[in-house]
Amino acid sequence: MIFAVVAIAILVTMVLAVIRALAGPSIYDRVLAVNMFGTKTTLLLAVVAFLYGRADFLDLALAYALINLVGVLAVLEFFESRVELDRESPGD
Amino acid sequence: MTIVFALFLLSLLVITALAIVQTRNLFVAVMLLSIFSLLMAANFFVLDAADVALTEAAVGAGVTTVIFLSALTLISGTEKKAPQAGRGVALIVVTITTLLIIYATFDKPRLGDPEAPVHQHVAPFYIENTYELMGFPNVVTAVLASFRGYDTLGEVFVVFAAAIGVLFILDARTGTGPAYGMPEARGLKHHLIPKAVGGLLVPFVLLFGLYVQFHGEYGPGGGFQAGAIVATAIILYAILEGEKAALRAVPRSVLMALVVGGALLYGLVGVVCMLMGGDFLDYSVLLPDPVVGRQVGIIIIEAGVGMAVCGSLLSIFHAFASRRPSRIDHESV
Amino acid sequence: MTEVFPLVIDFLSRSLMLIGALSVLIGGIGVLRMPDIYSRIHAASLTDTMGTIALFSGLMLEAGFALATFKLFAIMVFLLLTGPTATYALANAVLESGSVPAAAKLSDGDDFKGETK
Repeated sequence: MIFAVVAIAILVTMVLAVIRALAGPSIYDRVLAVNMFGTKTTLLLAVVAFLYGRADFLDLALAYALINLVGVLAVLEFFESRVELDRESPGD
Repeated sequence: MTIVFALFLLSLLVITALAIVQTRNLFVAVMLLSIFSLLMAANFFVLDAADVALTEAAVGAGVTTVIFLSALTLISGTEKKAPQAGRGVALIVVTITTLLIIYATFDKPRLGDPEAPVHQHVAPFYIENTYELMGFPNVVTAVLASFRGYDTLGEVFVVFAAAIGVLFILDARTGTGPAYGMPEARGLKHHLIPKAVGGLLVPFVLLFGLYVQFHGEYGPGGGFQAGAIVATAIILYAILEGEKAALRAVPRSVLMALVVGGALLYGLVGVVCMLMGGDFLDYSVLLPDPVVGRQVGIIIIEAGVGMAVCGSLLSIFHAFASRRPSRIDHESV
Repeated sequence: MTEVFPLVIDFLSRSLMLIGALSVLIGGIGVLRMPDIYSRIHAASLTDTMGTIALFSGLMLEAGFALATFKLFAIMVFLLLTGPTATYALANAVLESGSVPAAAKLSDGDDFKGETK
């Protein structure tokens, strides 16, 4: 019962994060929304693993917690390389 | 409870898909694709398909997003405006097809119906006989690696062909010719915190990848997931330390050896089974005890699958990431 | 005393999970309502950490002493390591791109670097 309530709370937060991803005026808003969505997915996976009583599904949450960082860092390196490029060739 | 999950996740899926199609800014599309992939992984998970959810999370959130972003550095960031002519006809065709498909779903069996045709013929055989024939509980791995071993062999060859195709198109050669001058070691070199934390994480991600590879018979896991996770670890290293350092750590020749070796290993196991008297890919003849023979056969071919997937994903990543980013306008974002 | 112990653990784990769910929800609302990117980053990251710690502690108490507890602990440690790193990298990227926090414009007589004129 308690798991269902927590799962619904996390789902609502995921909806809010998607709204920010769709509406965010700047790109950084969207990156923030994606990162937040990723953490919420990890939490949701852990709670649903308990809800379904299958404790070996926690491997997915573990995988996801590790992989989430790679996506965000890749995005930020993309920006940084773009800023460097603009600095190297101004007004190009 | 499944209905509540389905309601949230599937409607989010539709909204995200509409937003991806509608936006002309490719960077926004990549971010939304990452969310789409996570939603699909959550969907699979809620439907109790853990292996598929793990694969989707490992590939979609990590590798695919990074490859799309590397591709974005090579092109402009905005899509061309679609031609206006013919849109009315397209809308009518899509609407009619959608209505027909929705009408067709009224005839399908409900989710989990035990009388459904898909649960009648081979599925009960697999579920009932996996433990006594193979000795481990994960039915998905048993079906993938042993009962349907031919299909997985085909999949490994498809992954191999995809890697070769990308390398042909992007013309990535070994060695550093002047036309493909790798950019000076970029990467988040002067950011201490991501470097420190990321450096701490890389060995753990590798260890987790190996755990998923070898634990695939007892829990969600297997070769595909493990290959994607190990590739993610090395991509993390490339992001932190720069492309050159990553190519020094895992050179292109090693990647090619992994891809070719993985596919070969799988085929070789099949041939060895034939030489020892059984059919192609019938692992029970590998050892005197057929159950242990099947387990050994499955471990070896899963290793082959993992090697092939890891090598392919990394080759494709390096093919994109080691090109000099283009200097056409990036002001679109 | 020993027969009320499981009841206490139950109550504790449920309240921790509810606190976690509540903070996650507050974070979601904050990301939508805050005026500019910096305050949104602040809302998302603080509530993420709080929600992670509370929720996972509740789940660990619920699981008792099993393999699942160690896995949950590992997930929690990784989330606590990677969350603030992502926040730092994102905020750094926003700062490098030149955007000024909205709050810096509100106070008069203060330079953006924080030195008062």
